[in-house]
Amino acid sequence: MKLTVWTYEGPPHVGAMRVATGMKGLHYVLHAPQGDTYADLLFTMIERRDHRPPVTYTTFQARDLGSDTAGLFKRACQDAYDRFQPEAIIVGASCTAELIQDDPAGLAETMGLPIPVIPLELPSYQRKENFGADETFLQIVRHLAKPMPKTERMSCNIIGPTALGFRHRDDVQEITNLLYELGIEVNVTAPMGSTPADIAKMGQAHFNVLLYPETGEQAARHCEKTFGQPYTKVVPIGAGATHDFIAEVRTLSGAAAPIDTDRLRQSWWSRSVDSTYLTGKRVFIFGDGTHVLTAARVARDEMGFEVAGLGCYNREQARPVRALAKEYGLEALITDDYLEVERTIEALQPEMILGTQMERHIGKRLGIPCAVISAPVHVQDFPARYSPQMGFEGANVIFDTWIHPLVMGLEEHLLHMFREDFEFNDAAGPSHHGGHAPSPSAHREPAFADEGLAPQTPQNISGQKENEVSGEVIWLDTAERELKKIPFFVRGKARRNTESYAVEKGLHEISIDTLYEAKAHYAR
Amino acid sequence: MTEQFTPPPSLGCRTSPVLKQRGQREVFCGLTGIIWLHRKIQDAFFLVVGSRTCAHLLQSAAGVMIFAEPRFGTAILEESDLAGLNDAHTELDREVATLLARRPDIRQLFLVGSCPSEVIKLDLSRAAERLTQQFAPKVRVLEYSGSGIETTFTQGEDACLAAMVPVLPASDARELLVVGALPDVVEDQMLSLLDGLGVGPVRVLPARSIDAEMGIGENTVFALTQPFLADTHAALERRGARHLAAPFPFGDEGTTAWLTAIATEFGVSDETFKAVTDAPRRRARAAIAQASAPLQDKSVFFFPDSQLEVPLARFLTRECGMSAIEIGMPYIHDGIHGPDMDLIAEGPQISEGQDVDLQLDRCREARPDLTVCGLGLANPLEAEGLSTKWAIELVFTPVHFYEQAGDLAALFARPLRRKGILNHAGTTAPAGNGIAAE
Repeated sequence: MKLTVWTYEGPPHVGAMRVATGMKGLHYVLHAPQGDTYADLLFTMIERRDHRPPVTYTTFQARDLGSDTAGLFKRACQDAYDRFQPEAIIVGASCTAELIQDDPAGLAETMGLPIPVIPLELPSYQRKENFGADETFLQIVRHLAKPMPKTERMSCNIIGPTALGFRHRDDVQEITNLLYELGIEVNVTAPMGSTPADIAKMGQAHFNVLLYPETGEQAARHCEKTFGQPYTKVVPIGAGATHDFIAEVRTLSGAAAPIDTDRLRQSWWSRSVDSTYLTGKRVFIFGDGTHVLTAARVARDEMGFEVAGLGCYNREQARPVRALAKEYGLEALITDDYLEVERTIEALQPEMILGTQMERHIGKRLGIPCAVISAPVHVQDFPARYSPQMGFEGANVIFDTWIHPLVMGLEEHLLHMFREDFEFNDAAGPSHHGGHAPSPSAHREPAFADEGLAPQTPQNISGQKENEVSGEVIWLDTAERELKKIPFFVRGKARRNTESYAVEKGLHEISIDTLYEAKAHYAR
Repeated sequence: MTEQFTPPPSLGCRTSPVLKQRGQREVFCGLTGIIWLHRKIQDAFFLVVGSRTCAHLLQSAAGVMIFAEPRFGTAILEESDLAGLNDAHTELDREVATLLARRPDIRQLFLVGSCPSEVIKLDLSRAAERLTQQFAPKVRVLEYSGSGIETTFTQGEDACLAAMVPVLPASDARELLVVGALPDVVEDQMLSLLDGLGVGPVRVLPARSIDAEMGIGENTVFALTQPFLADTHAALERRGARHLAAPFPFGDEGTTAWLTAIATEFGVSDETFKAVTDAPRRRARAAIAQASAPLQDKSVFFFPDSQLEVPLARFLTRECGMSAIEIGMPYIHDGIHGPDMDLIAEGPQISEGQDVDLQLDRCREARPDLTVCGLGLANPLEAEGLSTKWAIELVFTPVHFYEQAGDLAALFARPLRRKGILNHAGTTAPAGNGIAAE
């Protein structure tokens, strides 16, 4: 048993829904109790879909448990076939149905439906949403895709995009255009946008472009083995990665067509003098493995940030994320415990968070700016405008998105110069955000005093101790006032550094001198 | 006192035939109630014993993620918990001990059963008893089920309140107990109305904290403010308390009828009643008249969701000039819903339970001006050109009693007003955005 307050990933059958909902002509019959239909709103509300997900829930109730839940499943399956006339059906169980062991796969098989019926085994008590999507797509490909002669023209499949994916809609468009420029046709994009008939043709492609390892890697491996299709390993997020991706695609395809890079503005925007203020900003990066790996490279090499910490919530990606962290001289945080992420951020006091919607809320609480780089998604992550993360336009979008939460360059200087200006002060927040920026001092303390559920790891306890230690050092009034003159986006770090410095020196009081000695001590 | 209202229909829909279909239900489970209950009962923590799905539901159900300080969490069952139930109890004890150690402000802990915990027959009542002994007197541990196999959406609140009834102290005092979680502002308005009528002392269930709890016994009379409290109703009757049946306090008519039932019971004079209610009634009527203009002569179709459907249909048909095509409810309880059904003229299809696909067929066929439904159906129906009102908003918004009557009408009017305002030449949903299915 594990106490959870907020979760980064849903259960595996939600992953299966993401695949089914992305596709057309496929129906998912899910053995599930009343209430599991909540998952529909993820798609209709968060993603604003104008159709119900193609899912039939058997909706068993307590009174059915003693009698015939298997019959209920078969009826639901037959009704779904009759009503929706899908090209193929996937069948599976949600967490509760897994316990009653009705074997949806076996039941569906005995029904003799005239279409492919693909059984899913998604262990709800062990695995999560991304696994569910990855495994579901693998099973669909295994059942439907057949070896075929390759297309005459050079072609590839795009693998991995699903419904409810973070910017999948626009990434696919961007990469499709990029491949077109290279003279490569996209044979099938799947799961999102494909039909079972399309899946059957996947074997025609010469190679695969794997955009999202979280949801497509098993299928890409299967295709490599079965159809001899190599797949791309570079995820084209960021300018550097996009160039690497193009090189990789050229190697796989022999394509030699030139690529017009004029539209990549990010490189110049980042080199232009206005961006000097970004130099060495300490960022903490958290999200799914793929987005974290790529964001770390963009942050360090393309924005000039300092990566102060990174990690991911999906254990499937722990290995590459740990390896990358090591390369950056860091230790990766691999956890799906939201409170542990919050404690880590609090301890690190980064100047910016690149995270998920969950970290955005942590940032709000701590008064740290945050840009969202990864799922779990929120209605805000489905903008009306074209807004990819991948390719050259994606790099431009990332530049804009990441600097938006920050106080801009000159503004930052003015805040330093006129710290007590009654109109233009840090509590007013960045000028481009209107009047509702957080006033960090007001947000912090109460939120923390209240927060704090079960610590589950030794690290938590040490985190707790640090707070206590800081409580023992007294800030003299003058020093406290001086601290308040430091702009909010660095104040947390200054406070923490000064307190550590005082503890290190065995001081019990912090004066203005201590503050500035600490500043000199930690000066980079 | 009700002479200014439309006279009651000669035949209400209490005796209308009820359509019962069995199929996919597009409703939340009872766990959803935790979202408002944990804000209402301020010293309580709700610990769901369930799966990742339960945790995911709680975080998704409100349509957004709520990141206020949560006083709820999910003890997620893992493979090892399913193997041995004794171990599951040990694990639960450990999680609870950790939780209570970290949260000394918690005085009431609710262990909330879920579909998986019910199916593996994890006995939470035993766990609650054991934990109560361990943590008494500081913390009271109760349990109820919010599982989807037993409860729909608002029934979770019912199960929670029903679990509290047996542990309330006994009392012989003649008191009014008002039952149902209301937004604080509405609760205060209600208390001030009852105070004006000279009815008191008035107790409220759920109380905002354990210290504010009340005694109960044969002299207790109770009124419900929410139409989904059937089990609580039964539990209170088992304790000897008596129910004051009435329409629910929505709109001018509902609120007046609800107050009248109490006033009659407590022998409040007509003059006092008029003195207290005249001004707020005038305000409510004016507000409804203004807000309901877009609703006049429009039709409404209710999918079963919050269990508020019958009293809301009463309000919309009798006070806002709408006609009801279908009134769907998760379940119907004659003693609770009867008084409102008496006031709704026969005609609308009354349905209980759901086969969502068949009901969607009926809805498309009828093409109502306004469809009240859950979040999973709203956008798809809007894309088909039907205006919708998400039912969950009715649960989260202050809508009871006189001062909210205009707001309640406005909630229904807004989708229609919006449709009238927007003018995108002939479009419904955008084509070719990768979202619209063919």
